Amino acid sequence: MRYLPHSAHERADMLGVIGAPDIDALFSAVPKAALKNFVLDLPAHSPEFLVEAHMRALAGKNHSAGDGPFFVGAGAYRHHVPATVDHLIQRSEWLTAYTPYQPEISQGTLQMLFEFQTQVAKITGMDVANASLYDGSTGTAEAVLMARRITKKNKIILSGGLHPHYRDVVKAYLKDDSDLVCLSPSPQGQGDILDKIDGDTAAIVIQTPDFYGHLRNMKAAADAAHAQGALLIVVITEVVSLGLLEAPGALGADIVVAEGQSIGNALNFGGPYLGLMATKKEFIRQMPGRLCGETVDADGNRGFVLTLSTREQHIRREKATSNICTNSGLCALAFSIHMSLLGEAGFVRLARLNHANAIKLADALAAIPGVEVLNKTFFNEMTIRVTQPAASVVERLARRGILAGVPASRLLPGDPEVENLIILAATELTTDVDIAALSAALTEELA
Amino acid sequence: MSMNTQGRPTGIGTGGSTNASGSALIPDEPLLFEIGDTEHSGVDLPEVEFSNDRLGGFGRQTKLDLAGLTEPEAMRHYVRLSRMNHSIDSGMYPLGSCTMKHNPRLNEKMARLPGFSDIHPLQPVSTVQGALELMNELSYWLMTLTNTAAVALSPKAGAHGELLGMMAIKAAQEARGQSHRRIVLVPESAHGTNPATAAFLGYSVKPVPAKDDGTVDVEAVKAALSPDVAAIMLTNPNTCGLFEPQVIEIAKAIHEAGAFFYCDGANFNAIMGVVRPGDLGIDAMHINLHKTFSTPHGGGGPGAGPVVLSEALAPFAPVPFVRKAENGLELVEHVESQALGRVTAFHGQMGMYVRALTYMLSHGADGLAQAAQDAVLNANYVKARLEHLFSVPFPDYPTMHEALFDDSFLKDTGVTTLDFAKALIDEGFHPMTMYFPLVVHGAMLIEPTESESKQTLDKFCDVMAELAQDAKSGNSARFTAAPMKAPRRRLDETRAARQPILRWERPTELPKAAE
Repeated sequence: MRYLPHSAHERADMLGVIGAPDIDALFSAVPKAALKNFVLDLPAHSPEFLVEAHMRALAGKNHSAGDGPFFVGAGAYRHHVPATVDHLIQRSEWLTAYTPYQPEISQGTLQMLFEFQTQVAKITGMDVANASLYDGSTGTAEAVLMARRITKKNKIILSGGLHPHYRDVVKAYLKDDSDLVCLSPSPQGQGDILDKIDGDTAAIVIQTPDFYGHLRNMKAAADAAHAQGALLIVVITEVVSLGLLEAPGALGADIVVAEGQSIGNALNFGGPYLGLMATKKEFIRQMPGRLCGETVDADGNRGFVLTLSTREQHIRREKATSNICTNSGLCALAFSIHMSLLGEAGFVRLARLNHANAIKLADALAAIPGVEVLNKTFFNEMTIRVTQPAASVVERLARRGILAGVPASRLLPGDPEVENLIILAATELTTDVDIAALSAALTEELA
Repeated sequence: MSMNTQGRPTGIGTGGSTNASGSALIPDEPLLFEIGDTEHSGVDLPEVEFSNDRLGGFGRQTKLDLAGLTEPEAMRHYVRLSRMNHSIDSGMYPLGSCTMKHNPRLNEKMARLPGFSDIHPLQPVSTVQGALELMNELSYWLMTLTNTAAVALSPKAGAHGELLGMMAIKAAQEARGQSHRRIVLVPESAHGTNPATAAFLGYSVKPVPAKDDGTVDVEAVKAALSPDVAAIMLTNPNTCGLFEPQVIEIAKAIHEAGAFFYCDGANFNAIMGVVRPGDLGIDAMHINLHKTFSTPHGGGGPGAGPVVLSEALAPFAPVPFVRKAENGLELVEHVESQALGRVTAFHGQMGMYVRALTYMLSHGADGLAQAAQDAVLNANYVKARLEHLFSVPFPDYPTMHEALFDDSFLKDTGVTTLDFAKALIDEGFHPMTMYFPLVVHGAMLIEPTESESKQTLDKFCDVMAELAQDAKSGNSARFTAAPMKAPRRRLDETRAARQPILRWERPTELPKAAE
């Protein structure tokens, strides 16, 4: 047992100090009927090389994104992560530290979180950000609850362009969804969300770029919401878009939630990811999750601590703002390192590169007979209509080694309007060769 | 030296004279915004011909003002910052209730295989059969170790799992026509997330008092039960480090009253492979993969909190889940039933699943049981070595994986529990958990875990004993001034909360450098 330091001799010595005859004596509070009354149908311990072989065999059965042309997005994006990022986050003092409850010996994590909060506030154009949430979807649900606390109103309107999984998470989180209005997930246009806002509305939630890749008018949404005393929650699933698009804060957003996976974090089949949340100064005390603040130590030196924890479960218990007990500290670190490597110049350039590749992709797809590109506007993602059910087309392309995108029907089953739609994303990793391969294969499949 | 907006010195070499370990090797580190600027970048990206005619007029007009670092600058910044952290790899972390054990690097290596890290949650299911197999295998381990009928993998953290488990209970009560059950019983010794979770779902929380021996009294539970009670949330082993001896009777009483038994599984480390919670009558329990199965905490997450469910709750599991189909495994992403729907966008913490399964396979069933036994052995050893100097609030039972003391030994010394904990920092140890559980005044909760050797435990106990004697002998200055050797001395938390500074602001008027 390579992870357990005691020898049999040491165990016996320790039991002697304790004054227990054997280890079972230490489990004497366990009812006899429940203590070791079973044989587990599980293997015994394994040497490192056998464990590694087993895991490699499992990994080998998956087609990884780097194995061929890849256009899958819809809420998670494949970007290049500089080698420095993964090296740094694997340093012991980052990787194996705990939540910074003892600030004097956690200044590394705390200063990093302060820098992270600053970066997130800057890219979203908001006053303050928290030290991360689990992911974008749970962050959206938390934002909805936060808006209800702030406005003391209940009605929430979710745009049809909101990622369907995010919509489902919001539904699950709301104690009572009678005041939840989910607009139909139409692949066309913004729909009539602005007409639905009334005096009972706590918040409207719009996503931009939306699930289909269209860019949404945040200013109009903010004005319409504010006119009725409602808040605007802006959801962003592709945070790289903020390098090119106007910051939500400059357009009137009250709460911004984003999935931060695109910066510094791998696809990981869905997790761990990184929830970003930013808001206006006046709403700080209603914001869930951790916050790191600047202060001074006994010598007057600048230092950092977790702060405003009176909102949190370990202090307020049943009155807590949320039940959140941890965040995505290491993913926030990866984000922060990658973002500091990019800097303003690199972040803008990365966004432009994504957009330029998406334009190439859109133009190539539009030239294929039987393909209609639905988007007039987009950042790095778009929706096409094909002449056959999309799920089958995507599956056939996968057999040819091309991961072509997400059939919208996978997230919206049974909706005839989306049956022939495929959502595709390009990033800086998308090459002209990839686009040509997709075009050729798609042309053949649709012929 | 430069000054920040508050006029305090910043930058290298400004540590106070008492900052002994803020020595030449661990210099203070400026904020990245004080080092970098908007021109610097550590990433080479090609310039592209750029058109904004597909942006619909939504292009950015405002500046980001985002500082950048070149690669060598970034490397040094983050390495220097990292050295201001304590970590399990650099020293013992006896934090009660947190389970800081060794993090094997094999787990990290496996999680980075492109077949796991570079796959997309929405790529065709036919191209991720290995990932589904892994999820299936992990589920099997969790169900087998707990003797339960189902598992929901998707929760992102323990508290998230707790939320999901209680949602499942709520859905099950509603399906039975029992939506009037609006009360959740929560023992006083519960984790803070328990009452927060119950309240979050609109339940009213009814506390259950503990007996003088630190355990929950079945009679108190029975007295609190009524037709309006939906569930009990019980932590077992509990937060005092004790196994609830009447847990089977409690479960029976709960079930007879038509309520469900939610077990907070944060302390599963003490019993894995030795006791199966399903045998105790639990209906739902989250398992903190990051604690029990050693996926690194990373300075506060990511975690992972799968929830095991009894037969009665299995139909209420959320999507997605993995199921055997004709051509291999399928991922069920939608159901038209009583289920909750979805609690996170994708499939949960795949990266953590890889690490946890790697850890399970390395230990095997025998090793996990041995690990639990060693964790309990280590905690009892610490207790035995220190109980003559420290006060043990609940001496009636052997402790499980954590040793609980209270601060009555500090009475009249002028030293608080907090002071005592900070003095441990100067001796090279991370402090234990303090002031928790709340049921014990001045609680000090020590969890050594199974990965600490006898030599380390002896060193720790020697230091603890020496500190206790020093406090009792009247040397309070050593404690009230501590820590002296950390990168920072005690921080002003009140000031941080009263005048929150939550981000860096560019100084409006740059002071002249006083070099």
